[in-house]
Amino acid sequence: MSDVLELTAAQAIERISTGELGSDEYFDAYAEAAEGDELGAYLWKASPGASNGGTGELNGAPIAVKDIFCTEGIQTTAGSRILEGYRPPYTATAVRRLAEAGAQVLGKTNMDEFAMGSSNENSGYGPVRNPWDTGRVPGGSSGGSAAVVAARLAPWAIGTDTGGSIRQPASLCGVVGLKPTYGAISRYGMIAFASSLDQCGPLTRDVTDAAVLLRVMEGRDPCDSTSVGIDGGVELPSRTDLKGLRFGVPRELASEAEGIEDGVREVFERNVALISELGAEVDECELPHSAHGISAYYVLAPAEASANLARYDGVRYGLREGASPGTESELVSMYEHTRSAGFGAEVKRRIMLGTYALSSGYYDAYYGRAQRVRTKIAEDFSNAFERFDYLVTPTSPTVAFELGARAEDPLAMYMSDYCTVPMPLAGLPALSIPSGLAQPDGGGPELPVGLQLVSPAFGESGLLDAAHAIEGGIGFDATPAGAAG
Amino acid sequence: MIDRDQVLHVARLARLELTEAELEKMAGELSGILDHVERMNELDLDGVEPTTHVVQLENVLRADTPRPSWPREKILEPAPDPDEGAFRVPSPQA
Repeated sequence: MSDVLELTAAQAIERISTGELGSDEYFDAYAEAAEGDELGAYLWKASPGASNGGTGELNGAPIAVKDIFCTEGIQTTAGSRILEGYRPPYTATAVRRLAEAGAQVLGKTNMDEFAMGSSNENSGYGPVRNPWDTGRVPGGSSGGSAAVVAARLAPWAIGTDTGGSIRQPASLCGVVGLKPTYGAISRYGMIAFASSLDQCGPLTRDVTDAAVLLRVMEGRDPCDSTSVGIDGGVELPSRTDLKGLRFGVPRELASEAEGIEDGVREVFERNVALISELGAEVDECELPHSAHGISAYYVLAPAEASANLARYDGVRYGLREGASPGTESELVSMYEHTRSAGFGAEVKRRIMLGTYALSSGYYDAYYGRAQRVRTKIAEDFSNAFERFDYLVTPTSPTVAFELGARAEDPLAMYMSDYCTVPMPLAGLPALSIPSGLAQPDGGGPELPVGLQLVSPAFGESGLLDAAHAIEGGIGFDATPAGAAG
Repeated sequence: MIDRDQVLHVARLARLELTEAELEKMAGELSGILDHVERMNELDLDGVEPTTHVVQLENVLRADTPRPSWPREKILEPAPDPDEGAFRVPSPQA
């Protein structure tokens, strides 16, 4: 059994095709592993024996799904108490496409409430622990999805990324995480946080598995008019060198990145040297406005969230708290009681921030200005891509931090996304691959570091291909001590 | 920056009821975040077009063909207080 858990999903699917492995056996190996979850990573799990057998190109492979995706008849909470017990009447398009390709939902993974957070400590259902060191955070907001893949509690998973919510936890847990181009995958049935930024993507053990999931999930969907799919589809990666490719290293997000740890810097420098050894031309470049990414993001995302989260009002689904009798409007009193009881502190903070930024008299100073900064950030990338095929940066300025370390300082938490926020602002695809181990500043255990690669919009096939070559060159094969199997 | 009264006003707009302790904390935290956000003011953004959507999309149209929607019972199932095929709510007036 332990053997099965060592396979990548693509390898297991291949073995099922050749009859070496039974699809139910594969499903049950993970369903049993998931039963032993001590990380708090799952909010709902399928039982062993629940497999319907192997069908489709994915041969019945189990997959962990972030609890932000609606799954018909299965509780979907987005990590919030306001949706406790909510069973959606329909399934998200991304999950439906996976199911149509033969994948089976293994479990729903824990997350920061409504995807707002970088540590998974903002979940209404308790934190997720990092399998590399259970005293540390797995990152967020797709912390559960990253942790289950790292701990061998799922072969692969999907999550969502708004400002780094796939890539940053992938980095902190030592797995691959891809945020596709905005519009590559339908957002239908994916509970909305910031609609102009949110995008679904895979968290996997290697680059090939990420390509397999992207290929299944991408595509136009009549239910999401912003979905366009990837023209020409997705090629599975095969590259083993980087000859003929030009890589840019934006100094604002690398050597000059705010809060970058020494250990992360050293691993990144080794990665850049490797990229050059693999045959690529490497040079420094500039993204002059990217240092303002956090500022623009923490206006735009909360503003959009404040509108999207207006729907949680105790009327149609989820929690309802009673009104105070004798108030001016019992309906308004019910709204206020419901929202105040159902939302956690970070969600309230973002709703407040967004409502303030959109309120009369402040709109131009905050929202309007942030949208203009967004234009400048996108232009910076366009300029860089005139000279380079890909850009590389560290994914996170730090390795996994200790539980509680940033919980009382919202701004320190927001800075975790320093290197990942500019790409969604520009709509670009970016992926994180495990690229080495490093100690945190001040010492401690060796923990995973992630390398982020960025490409022009809809350049996923090339991006995955380049990442495949780098992944092979790095040969990252460390696993957390407590992993199943 | 942002004081207690402004926080109270914004909370009312957002339909959030904050406790006295939450109000004080929120005022401090929002001020800190806005301080950081205001670094954007260093940039000269005159004449820069705002970005609302990152992917170039023309109008996305479809045929205006009637099709069935969700059955009423299915939509009412997760409702906290369904009644006679509708969502029941407390009175909007006192």
